[in-house]
Amino acid sequence: MLYHAFLIKYAEIAIKGKNRYLFEDALVKQMRIALSHVEGEFEVKKEQGRVYVFCPEEYDFDEAVEALKKVFGIVGISPVVIYEEQGFEQMAADVVSYMQSRHPGYNGTFKVYTRRAKKTYPMTSMEVSAELGGKILEAFPEASVDVHEPQLTLSVEIREKIYVYSETIKGPGGMPVGTNGKAMLLLSGGIDSPVAGYMIAKRGVKIDAVYFHAPPYTSDRAKQKVVDLAKLVAKYSGPIRLHVVNFTDIQLYIYDQCPHEELTIIMRRYMMRIAEHFAQKSGCLGLITGESIGQVASQTLQSLAATNEVCTMPVYRPVIGFDKQEIVEISKKIDTFETSILPFEDCCTIFVAKHPVTKPNLNVIHRSETKLEEKIEQLMQEALNSTEIIDIS
Amino acid sequence: MEAYFDNSATTRCYEGVKDIVVKTMMEDYANPSAMHRKGVEAEQYVKKSAQILARLLKVNEKEILFTSGGTESNNLALVGGAMANKRSGTHIITTAVEHAAVGQPAAFLEEQGFEVTILPVDERGVVRLDELSAALRPDTILVSTMYVNNEVGAVMPVEQIGAMVHEKSPKALYHVDAIQGFGKYRIYPKRLGIDLLSVSGHKIHGPKGVGFLYISEKAKVQPLILGGGQQGGMRSGTDNVPGIAGLGMAAELIYTDFEEKVEHLYQLKERMAEGLSQMEDVVINGMALREGAPQILSVSFLGIRSEVLLHTLEDKGIYVSAGSACSSHKRKASSTLTAIGLPADQKESTVRISFSEENTFEEVDYCLEVLREVIPMLRRYARH
Repeated sequence: MLYHAFLIKYAEIAIKGKNRYLFEDALVKQMRIALSHVEGEFEVKKEQGRVYVFCPEEYDFDEAVEALKKVFGIVGISPVVIYEEQGFEQMAADVVSYMQSRHPGYNGTFKVYTRRAKKTYPMTSMEVSAELGGKILEAFPEASVDVHEPQLTLSVEIREKIYVYSETIKGPGGMPVGTNGKAMLLLSGGIDSPVAGYMIAKRGVKIDAVYFHAPPYTSDRAKQKVVDLAKLVAKYSGPIRLHVVNFTDIQLYIYDQCPHEELTIIMRRYMMRIAEHFAQKSGCLGLITGESIGQVASQTLQSLAATNEVCTMPVYRPVIGFDKQEIVEISKKIDTFETSILPFEDCCTIFVAKHPVTKPNLNVIHRSETKLEEKIEQLMQEALNSTEIIDIS
Repeated sequence: MEAYFDNSATTRCYEGVKDIVVKTMMEDYANPSAMHRKGVEAEQYVKKSAQILARLLKVNEKEILFTSGGTESNNLALVGGAMANKRSGTHIITTAVEHAAVGQPAAFLEEQGFEVTILPVDERGVVRLDELSAALRPDTILVSTMYVNNEVGAVMPVEQIGAMVHEKSPKALYHVDAIQGFGKYRIYPKRLGIDLLSVSGHKIHGPKGVGFLYISEKAKVQPLILGGGQQGGMRSGTDNVPGIAGLGMAAELIYTDFEEKVEHLYQLKERMAEGLSQMEDVVINGMALREGAPQILSVSFLGIRSEVLLHTLEDKGIYVSAGSACSSHKRKASSTLTAIGLPADQKESTVRISFSEENTFEEVDYCLEVLREVIPMLRRYARH
């Protein structure tokens, strides 16, 4: 059976009072972006307090549902069959035929729920539900009505046409991207940062990203891997502007001037500074990292404090309390895991000292950074100027 | 300047190869098995290639079986050769420096109940004949070695191996993976005691996706790809006419002015080695220059990780490989470099420079100049 439309259910945004239209508009926009990757012209429409997707005559149902399942803010997706409005008798026949094709031989409990958007319809909603229920009982003698806890709810909406649906596919929840500002994700190519980006995007935050590239120590394949990860995250978050910063000279300068066991911490402080620069420039309200307490030497509380110190913007670390396995599970769910584990080095691992500091002392780090005063400003400027921008959709 | 020194990974097609591939795709494109005239015309290309290859190897054209490339040829030789001869015995011998396209089929056969002996090599990468002699048994049915090792360019004593195999294990087939050897050596299987010989098209300036397996008329091999019965039922599937035509053309061309080409390769290799020998802490692996294969130079730049050097060179338009390209996605130390006994830090700093007839002395000099410039910087920033 061909579905003509999808009824989109959203919970969280329905309670937002006067801001409701802003949220609905954002939802519609994100749905349009998601469906633009599916073949065929889909029409996304707000209609009397509901959001509908009207489908083209020919389209791939599974692809369309997969795309919608990635739009944050959607709680449920109900595939709808639309019939012409030709009087009650025809409607009853259509509803029975819907039941026969969707739930052949149905023998459980059900109820009919009717909603009349077209108030001029000659019967009330209650009357329609009761009459349709009777017709269904005639056609399905083993089924029974239960209005309190039915196993199946058959919904009928009377508009200019008759909309019938009985199933709801679970959506991702969250809030539509674009309703909660924008933040800058530090994307490394590992497992954690794409998950962090996904989790923040889920709360309605638009994502931009920054990646630190260190040729010749990291290869073009490592960069391609990050682009591929950004594309996977973008399936949820919508378009991402990726900043590829050439970090080699800064890294080598730190390596030359500072103690090796502090290299990673100092390096990360400069990464945060650069990320914040681009974040401010593009109107972001925070930074996002995939850090998780204690996972590696640079993610102890002391190290996190040392890295955090250079930022004036809030840093969001959505996986901070997660075990690796929990992060892996999400990355598998959002399909970034396979790409994340491809074996190309990222720039954090290439110069790692055998015994990096795990409890950096801020005073010591400050003193080490003074050794960079001569050239670091210039190197930072060069890195900022030579940053490559890749728009990912 | 661009200098492509990764010719053991793949080569650029000859112009003549390109022309015949286009012609068989656009004009003589019929199915060579078709009964009509256009099919017969297409079939001529396949016959012609078989004739060329048979002439070059001094074998019968019926002994040439076209495949999808080196990997398939090796799989067919190992798996098909073992399956067809398992009544005579279940013992197989191979070496520690084989390409995965031999190593993995051998491992598969071991899982299937065959007994596999893996021979060690000396520090140059050459199989030890005394070990081979000791390993050969009456129930040995298959011995597989390379002609030229792909990573260090070691050349195996195939003639001696062939003689030894047939003397001590009369039931055994001798398979040679000549993917890096064909086009660099004149190979006559019947004189060398070779029963099966694998060759790939794209290592000799031919197309990718095509190769062949020479199967001696005396050797029994069980087909692995079943279907419409093409190539006498030994390898079903519509003949890859453009690939096969290109392969024949490439073989013809690479063996034209052959001695001059090989001499040119050795001179490129010697010039590169000469320049490298003046640099500190640079070690050349494998056999003496003229004893090893003409196109392969394995070099360790101590204290520099091979990947970093590779990416530094690529920025200057110079292309080399780190480890064997086919396995470099898996971060595993090269088995050849392990087998010849290189210490871990030397393995990590080894690159392969591989030449083709198209390379020039200017390119070698350019590469040496770039190396002299970048090595001090790369050594300074090593991992601690």
